Amino acid sequence: MAKPTPRPTPTEQPFYDACKNNELALQHCRDCSHVLFYPRTHCDQCHSENLVWQQASGQGSIASYTVVRRGVSADFEAPYIIALIDLAEGPRMMSQIVDTEPEALAVGLSVNVDFAAWSEDITLPVFRLHPALSEDSL
Amino acid sequence: MTKSGLGGKYALIGMAESDVGIVPNKSPRELCVQVTLEAVRDAGLTLEEVDGLITCNAFAEPIMYHAEAVAEYLGWEPRHCVTVNTGGGTTFMAVNMAAAAIEAGMADSIVVAMADSLRSFMTREQAMAVQSSSGHPHYEQPYGPTVPAYYGLIARAHMHQFGTTEAQFAEAAVSCRAWASQHPKAQMRDVISVEDVLTSRAIADPLKVLDCSLVSDGGAAVVITRKDRASDAPHKPITLLGYGEGHAYEHISQATDLTTSAAVHSGRAAYAEAGLTADDISLLQLYDCFTPALLIQLEDLGFCAKGEGGDWLTSGISRPGGAKPLNTHGGMLSYCHPGNPGAMFGLTEAMTQMRGDAGARQLPDISTALCHAQGGIMSSHATLILGAED
Repeated sequence: MAKPTPRPTPTEQPFYDACKNNELALQHCRDCSHVLFYPRTHCDQCHSENLVWQQASGQGSIASYTVVRRGVSADFEAPYIIALIDLAEGPRMMSQIVDTEPEALAVGLSVNVDFAAWSEDITLPVFRLHPALSEDSL
Repeated sequence: MTKSGLGGKYALIGMAESDVGIVPNKSPRELCVQVTLEAVRDAGLTLEEVDGLITCNAFAEPIMYHAEAVAEYLGWEPRHCVTVNTGGGTTFMAVNMAAAAIEAGMADSIVVAMADSLRSFMTREQAMAVQSSSGHPHYEQPYGPTVPAYYGLIARAHMHQFGTTEAQFAEAAVSCRAWASQHPKAQMRDVISVEDVLTSRAIADPLKVLDCSLVSDGGAAVVITRKDRASDAPHKPITLLGYGEGHAYEHISQATDLTTSAAVHSGRAAYAEAGLTADDISLLQLYDCFTPALLIQLEDLGFCAKGEGGDWLTSGISRPGGAKPLNTHGGMLSYCHPGNPGAMFGLTEAMTQMRGDAGARQLPDISTALCHAQGGIMSSHATLILGAED
């Protein structure tokens, strides 16, 4: 069994194209200003199709996290950190926090996006503790 | 918030459980067939007198037309026959759908039957893979979350927001095990302490293996009919007093609130229909897939204030001898958890207690019971309130 890897739909493709360029892109609704994640055909607040892609800041904070001690499959070497990240633009996303000791983590800490190759075609956003924080917390 | 409007008109007149725990000698389909027949017999009926079947598919033996296949196996041609899938919430949603189908004239009495064999008919790896596949295929699963990890995220958020401790989560497992120790069929019967839970193997921080429900085989079924037709049944009919659903999201990364669930809505609707409050409930059968899920349901269903689930559990009120007996068969943490059918055993235990057939663990005066089931990652919720009075 291989790592699950996204097979983007045409709607989602701009998100993955941006990731490949080490950019985090989010859909913004031109009608109600809502910022969406995950990518959709319709705004999940006002159901408008009038959506536009914009580059995000890549900054966020930890809404929650867990250290997976028993990996989901042999393709995932435990331990690894799964987190919910509240992006500065509003949406929440699941990701991994990489290159961090679990003891340094806390709900509310600032994180910055980074990018990691998941397959030949797919690059995914991951997060790192804000540099200042990772030094203070250790 | 939904309200079914069927409260008080329908009753559970039959029930059956298969062997539970490790049951390698029967496939999920065979277990489902067994409990279907036994529940019908328990209701004092023959299969020819029952005209509806609602089932849930099995992970370990998926069948495209599951309910039809179970009926066919029995050489039975029910008028109403349908497979439902809302994960662990399928259980009580199917019970309510049965009442609604009878109300609509689609059948006169219906069997709800579910079985699965995650323990004996799947490898550990397969069971883990199929359960974690509930994660979003593009925006969750690629990162490698496990189902315990999803609940670890919920647990951590509750700890951060309300100061809940790992020891307080552990109290849920300790309470369920204390009850299971009194049940001869329970998969895990050795009494455990908070210390045992805290020092058990780490799975997904802050959850340890004893915070996680079991991986089991087993099936259970119930028979539902109109209350005015229930008086001929050999056992005391158990009335469906109230039912409610709540649906907030599917994927945990889309939850707007990690520590308050749509159980608030399902509970509110069920209480309103039953004309009862949490104070009136004498037996609680909640969905203990992981200890934090049970703790949050206690809060969301009004048994304690938000954020006080840990204190409520630590008080011992849910344990044998306590004022609010909870999961008296041992729950999915200790009795059995064969996947989607898990909550059915909370329902059959409530019926057993209300019939007075619970043996050594029989409680006095169980007039009302609240059974709760959930699907997804605290996503979809179904609350069923039962009454024992005629």
